[in-house]
Amino acid sequence: MKKANKYLLLAPLLLWLFLFLVLPYFFILTQSVLTTDDFGKVIYHFNLDSYIKIFTNPLYYETLTRTFIYAIIVALACILLSLPLAYFIAFKVQKHKSFYYTLIVLPFWMSYIVRAYAWKIILGEQGIFNSSLMNLGIIDKPLRFVLYSDFSVILCLIYIFLPFVCIPIYTSFEQISKSFVEASKDLGANSWKTFWKVIFPLILPGVISGGTLALVLTLGDFLAASLLGGPNTLFISNIVQNLFGTSNDKPLGSAVGVVLLVLVFLLLEFSSRYEKKHETQ
Amino acid sequence: MKKVRLFIVSFSAFSVLWFLYFPILIIIWFSFNKESVSSFPIEHYSLDWYVKLFHNKSMMQAVRISFFIAISSTIAALIIGIPSAYALHKYNYFGKIILLPITLPGIVTGVAMLSFFPMLGIPLSLTAVLIGHTTFLIAIMITQILARFKKLDPYLEMAAFDLGASPLQAFFKVILPNIKTAIIGAVLLSLVLSMDEIPVTFFLISRENTLPIEIYGMMRRGITPEVNAVATLVFLVSSTAIFMSLKFNKEN
Repeated sequence: MKKANKYLLLAPLLLWLFLFLVLPYFFILTQSVLTTDDFGKVIYHFNLDSYIKIFTNPLYYETLTRTFIYAIIVALACILLSLPLAYFIAFKVQKHKSFYYTLIVLPFWMSYIVRAYAWKIILGEQGIFNSSLMNLGIIDKPLRFVLYSDFSVILCLIYIFLPFVCIPIYTSFEQISKSFVEASKDLGANSWKTFWKVIFPLILPGVISGGTLALVLTLGDFLAASLLGGPNTLFISNIVQNLFGTSNDKPLGSAVGVVLLVLVFLLLEFSSRYEKKHETQ
Repeated sequence: MKKVRLFIVSFSAFSVLWFLYFPILIIIWFSFNKESVSSFPIEHYSLDWYVKLFHNKSMMQAVRISFFIAISSTIAALIIGIPSAYALHKYNYFGKIILLPITLPGIVTGVAMLSFFPMLGIPLSLTAVLIGHTTFLIAIMITQILARFKKLDPYLEMAAFDLGASPLQAFFKVILPNIKTAIIGAVLLSLVLSMDEIPVTFFLISRENTLPIEIYGMMRRGITPEVNAVATLVFLVSSTAIFMSLKFNKEN
């Protein structure tokens, strides 16, 4: 195929991405160093006030750190839950392996809103969690803290991002040659030692890439907090949402968005560097 | 000892699977609850909420809009995606740039499009939503189809050329039939993803809601069992489509 033809085939894609993705992102970058007039209208006057605000006003930097800590909790929980499941399907399932694999892939693509909604019915005041406990006589008043709190948001995020972590971990389990495991056992290591010294280092790239995905997705999520969070639940993405909505401070909203973006890029870069280093070893 | 270990591993694995599926089973179960309170246990079963759902005008309108957006953005993504995947395959290039629309945080993409689209003369509307959806569907389309191109026998195309086919003939008569199942799989996934998309849609929509935005609105107002019914239907339709798509993608 001639070179010109190839460019011709790629032209619509490049044009589309340039117009509808690159330019909007570039615009956000520009908007983050502008300011607004008294009526909230963006005016073209360069300043760094928005960035200064983010790093001096506790509302912004504390929410950012808190969201980051929550994101780490979500990622770690997803990893911990994925390990036994992925290990089981990769090593212990002999029959119907593709069926089990489908079971973890299916929720990966499944509706976010449906899955978030499920927790609302489970954790609500009259939801099955509270009504079961009350029926069993363990509690006599519904536990309120379980819904509309940071707890319910974190639980929902763990639930939603679990498949995103489980799939890469499963893939790296699958790539381990069974003879490594046998060799380790022949050399006298017990199962515990074999897992931590032989298997775990081999699945670490999968753990890192899955964990990073959960981190990045949590940082960019504003839905779980607005659906299941309480009045004080605030994730960094909710701040962006508010600044573009009711608070109407687009430059500040853009600046928070840019900070979020930089953080996400750094995390993805770190993860892909780690994976590359591991490949060459 | 070995048996105990196997038991512990299997038990934790099945607990995690239970955690993944139990909330969905709960929704399905409660959608047949006659009462409007989702408390436990259920005393009377009925299909009332399904009937109510089909009489809910704004919900039905949202379903229609979602179908319209999903079908049109999938077609747009196909038109852009197939030739791009083909060219990228020829170049032997796969950059992370293609994945950008999916890896970038949805909220930032949403507000970026919200701020910039009016400058292109695109007001907040279904058109804006359509463009937003197409942008990330292209990424899905390219990755799915490119994966199939990679598995394709390179001699197939060469043989077509040797037998005198023009590049267009070779593409339509030889390449396309061989990637057909991958395309069907990618189309099904795109439809599902577009029907479920919220973060970008949220910022680009004007007054007409898509289905997930309508459900989001209902959820914000409180729990109504109608949502159980619609969530059950969304689950059934999307999991069937995803299941079929996985099947098509495996075929070669």
